Amino acid sequence: MSSTVSSARGLGLRINIVGAIGAAIILFWVAVAILAPLIAPYPVGKIVAFDYFQPMSSSFWMGTDYLGRDMLSRIMMGARYTVGISLAGVTLACFLGVTLGMIAAVVGGWFDLILSRFLDAFNSIPSLLFGLVIVAGVGSSLTVLIVTLALIYAPGSYRFARALAVNVNAMDFVTVARVRGEGIVYMVREEIFPNIIGPVLADFGLRFVFIVLLLSGLSFLGLGVQPPQADWGALVRENLDGLSYGAPAVVFPSLAIASLTISVNMLIDNLPYRIRDRGE
Amino acid sequence: MSNIVEIRNLRVKAKTDSGRVVEIIKGVDLEIAKGEVVALIGESGSGKTTIALTLLGHTRSGCSIASGSVTVDGRDTVAMSEAERRRFRGTTVAYVPQSAAAAFNPSKTIMDQVVEVARIHDLMPAAVARQKAVELFRALVLPDPETIGARYPHQVSGGQLQRLAAAMALIGDPQVMVFDEPTTALDVTTQIEVLRAFKAVLRDRGMAGIYVSHDLAVVAQIADRIVVLKDGEVQEVGTTEAVVNHPSHDYTRALISAFHPQAKSSPPSDAAAPAAPILQVKSLMAGYGAMGQDGLPKYVVLKDVDLTLERGRSLGIIGESGSGKSTLARAIAGLLPPAAGQIEMNGKALAGGVRQRSKEELRRLQIVFQLADTALNPNKPVGAILARPLFFYHAMRGAARAAEVDRLLDMVRLPKALKYRLPSELSGGQKQRVNFARALAAKPDLILCDEITSALDTVVAAAVLELLDELQRELGLTYMFISHDLSTVEAICDRVAVMYEGAKVEEMPTSRMKSGAEHPYSRLLISSVPQLDTGWLDGLDDDPLLRSAMADRRAAERWAVARRQRS
Amino acid sequence: MNAVVARLVVQRLGIMLISLLIVAFAVFFATEMLPGDVAQILLGQSATPQAVAALRTAMHLDQPAILRFVYWLGGLVSGDLGRSYANNMDVAALISGRLTNSLQLAGVTTLFSVPIALCLGITAAMFRGSLYDRIVSIVTVSVISIPEFMVATVAVLVFAVYLRWLPALSIADQVHGIGELLRIYAMPVITLSFVVSAQMIRMTRAAVIDTLNTPYVEMALLKGASRRRMVLSHALPNALGPIANAVALSLSYLLGGVIIVETIFNYPGVAKLMVDAVSTRDLPLIQSCAMIFCVCYLLLILIADVIAIISNPRLRNR
Repeated sequence: MSSTVSSARGLGLRINIVGAIGAAIILFWVAVAILAPLIAPYPVGKIVAFDYFQPMSSSFWMGTDYLGRDMLSRIMMGARYTVGISLAGVTLACFLGVTLGMIAAVVGGWFDLILSRFLDAFNSIPSLLFGLVIVAGVGSSLTVLIVTLALIYAPGSYRFARALAVNVNAMDFVTVARVRGEGIVYMVREEIFPNIIGPVLADFGLRFVFIVLLLSGLSFLGLGVQPPQADWGALVRENLDGLSYGAPAVVFPSLAIASLTISVNMLIDNLPYRIRDRGE
Repeated sequence: MSNIVEIRNLRVKAKTDSGRVVEIIKGVDLEIAKGEVVALIGESGSGKTTIALTLLGHTRSGCSIASGSVTVDGRDTVAMSEAERRRFRGTTVAYVPQSAAAAFNPSKTIMDQVVEVARIHDLMPAAVARQKAVELFRALVLPDPETIGARYPHQVSGGQLQRLAAAMALIGDPQVMVFDEPTTALDVTTQIEVLRAFKAVLRDRGMAGIYVSHDLAVVAQIADRIVVLKDGEVQEVGTTEAVVNHPSHDYTRALISAFHPQAKSSPPSDAAAPAAPILQVKSLMAGYGAMGQDGLPKYVVLKDVDLTLERGRSLGIIGESGSGKSTLARAIAGLLPPAAGQIEMNGKALAGGVRQRSKEELRRLQIVFQLADTALNPNKPVGAILARPLFFYHAMRGAARAAEVDRLLDMVRLPKALKYRLPSELSGGQKQRVNFARALAAKPDLILCDEITSALDTVVAAAVLELLDELQRELGLTYMFISHDLSTVEAICDRVAVMYEGAKVEEMPTSRMKSGAEHPYSRLLISSVPQLDTGWLDGLDDDPLLRSAMADRRAAERWAVARRQRS
Repeated sequence: MNAVVARLVVQRLGIMLISLLIVAFAVFFATEMLPGDVAQILLGQSATPQAVAALRTAMHLDQPAILRFVYWLGGLVSGDLGRSYANNMDVAALISGRLTNSLQLAGVTTLFSVPIALCLGITAAMFRGSLYDRIVSIVTVSVISIPEFMVATVAVLVFAVYLRWLPALSIADQVHGIGELLRIYAMPVITLSFVVSAQMIRMTRAAVIDTLNTPYVEMALLKGASRRRMVLSHALPNALGPIANAVALSLSYLLGGVIIVETIFNYPGVAKLMVDAVSTRDLPLIQSCAMIFCVCYLLLILIADVIAIISNPRLRNR
């Protein structure tokens, strides 16, 4: 058993040390994403060194990239794209998925059957593939990326939320509300949603990880964020030639992605029982 | 006479979800003589199963033995190594679980699992073990003892599985049997057969046993001595005869008086003008599954049910699981639109589904469910739960609504301060009172009570029933009371209807229930309810009527199994 | 096999076909409803309007989208996958060779990762909470949390850059001898196996732990069964369905992983073909590749479903 640090903030919940570290790293990256233009040591697009793929040094903490730009500044700006796009995508996906999922569970019948079948089929398109197909057709822009990522992960969120909502819906207090004559909006908002919010938040975190990975994958293939902008996946792609020299320019963006996704996992796995295990 | 089991100063601690360590068994002493059956009785959370499992050197996850000794056949299970415990289990002590249906592995045949103890401990050759198993099946009065072992668990009935679980425990010739509520999940008519089989086997083999139960009447039939537990401490120990007839401890007395409910205190006089029926159910048919060509669903659960309920009266609906009594409540409440027939309230026909009924119709008819745990939204404080129907039906707001919430809590004898609490912070009885108060908030004419006391401990249930009775007199309420427990119905209802396989077989005044039932099934059902009398089970053999009813039942069971195999 | 099982299997097959139809619909309209005149793209800017119009008619571009969908679907079923826009070759011919390469890669990875993953997953569940279990858990979570290209990058750094054991790129065209073959497959297979196994280990572990928490396993414990017996004889037979599901779902990660891996190692498979097709916006090629991937995915799910049905004793022994 890992030691627990008590933190009575707000909810009076306890979270253990591993979870706290995860939360701290996530907050760190969010702060970097927001403050990037203020704290980046060099202008992002500016070629500041004559030598490409420089090693780490006191003036370039993370070395330079294939054009001689400062990697630290590029990673800081990359955080904006990676964190920002993923967050927007996952929020949209979960909003759509959870809302539809709860409605399907409460309404039931044909509505539920058809929606579930359709979204299941949708879900059977491998995610990276779906991304490729859309980008092939529509091209890549920030809006397209966010909407695509949301569309890819909304069916999963729907499925998850619906399963939880179906469990809650079977509870007697929902039946009582139904017999009372309550409408769908009340049922979803007051009776179902408060009882699935914990697991839904955990799922939100997991889905965020998936989206970060998918976005990085797309960018790595050159189909995500387009130059001159670059998210972390695109930074790896740009500097892949440096791989054979073991250049820091290719290592650090990868580490940035890993640190973000692993800390989200750490946080979720160590969420207090009260949030994590409800309704499963 | 030496004791086969001696428990000394046993303390068990448990770790809660929040990481707090609490003591759930607080220094228990217990001994069982050779050939003696001792019952552990108490409410949920009293620690009876935990104690029983320590005989096998086992604690459920999160629990551990803090101190004390559990000596079985001269050896301390607390001090043993894990390998010693493995050799001990199944040979010296054997376990019969509460739910045999869950304790049998669904992917192995019954025979494989019954002889597994012999195989694990290498007690005898496989063929001998099989032969022995068949003998045990015969001793436990199982049908088709030669072939029943070849079936899979889902192919036999619940009562049979429970006896097969006993066979599984007996195969290793243990010195002590641990029965963990082995009949709780069974219907009363099945329970009798299982109890008899257990009793005969224990008596014939002179085995010692520990019998865990919450049901004093069941325990009275099978145990020599009774240990009454509460909150992990022994309250009272004595011979069955003494505890049942002369309880010394307050808690035991409360248990026993809860078992003898006051018969309905003031039967409304029939002299008064016959009240108009508030609810009339006419030839109601309902079920689940797709509609067939005959206009009936695939699985018909309710067959042609007629009921009449007058204002201010209460009607009990009794029957075993699968008899359709809960489906009846759901159909009346509009949760399951009927396939045919009519439901009238105050002389006016009600639409089948909730959505088609008017708000006023819905208000007049409220339903209260069995499990208060799931009937209250865990994320809403009590005050908000009670306020919603006040707003929804009566558009009450602000101070008036707050005052009404207070009044409702007062009505169900709960302190006002409770309105700030979440349901998880209430006890079982308190939850059920809130559950009932929510129905009262609508100011209904008729309340459907679906097994509302079944999940409560005996003493708590008795208090809730008393409250219901009082409220009925104060407010002129009408109840339809669904229960599998006859004494509950006896305590609160004027009339009682018996359901069997979806049909109403008989209706009679409650006072006539014990003596005047006419339908054979009603008689079987009513006479199967264990009585708080140590000689009740043995005396049953002399009841010719019950014997013939039992024989019919057994034939029916065999037929059902044969049919299942064919399909 | 009895009638109930057969009916369920047929039902699953039906569901798969419906899913496939919806997927085809989605793929077709995601790519075909886009702006831009395909005939114009094919013929280039210098083409005469007459030539463009003639091609439009030949490709049914002047007909409603739903009709074109039906034509396209008919073509797929009869094996006519259309012609590539980029080099005007038959799509079927372009794909066939590449498909073999990809299937080889997937097959070798499966043979390699499934046994290892099952062993690790089951033993981790058996010794739940031990140091071994925790190490396995931490490693699998980490592998799942990092992008596939990073696994590949690390593999290249370790095996090709520092140890210099293996080549960083695989070109399957010129293979001499078994050693060479192993060296060529090694990097992609190692990378893919990592990605796929991590998922499989986690899901297998969860499935076995679920069955270990059942009352019948506790009953076995109370009969004096050893831990090995509890797991192998009681838990595993009942975990078969969930495990099959876990394996199928994890193998479907192959599809995502293979796209990255083929690109990074320059492996001549279908995925690489598709990524290249995306950059040239070669729609018929993209559509066909997408459909191949979806069929593979759905087949895996179908196999898992069937195993789950067959391994359910309640259905098998009626």
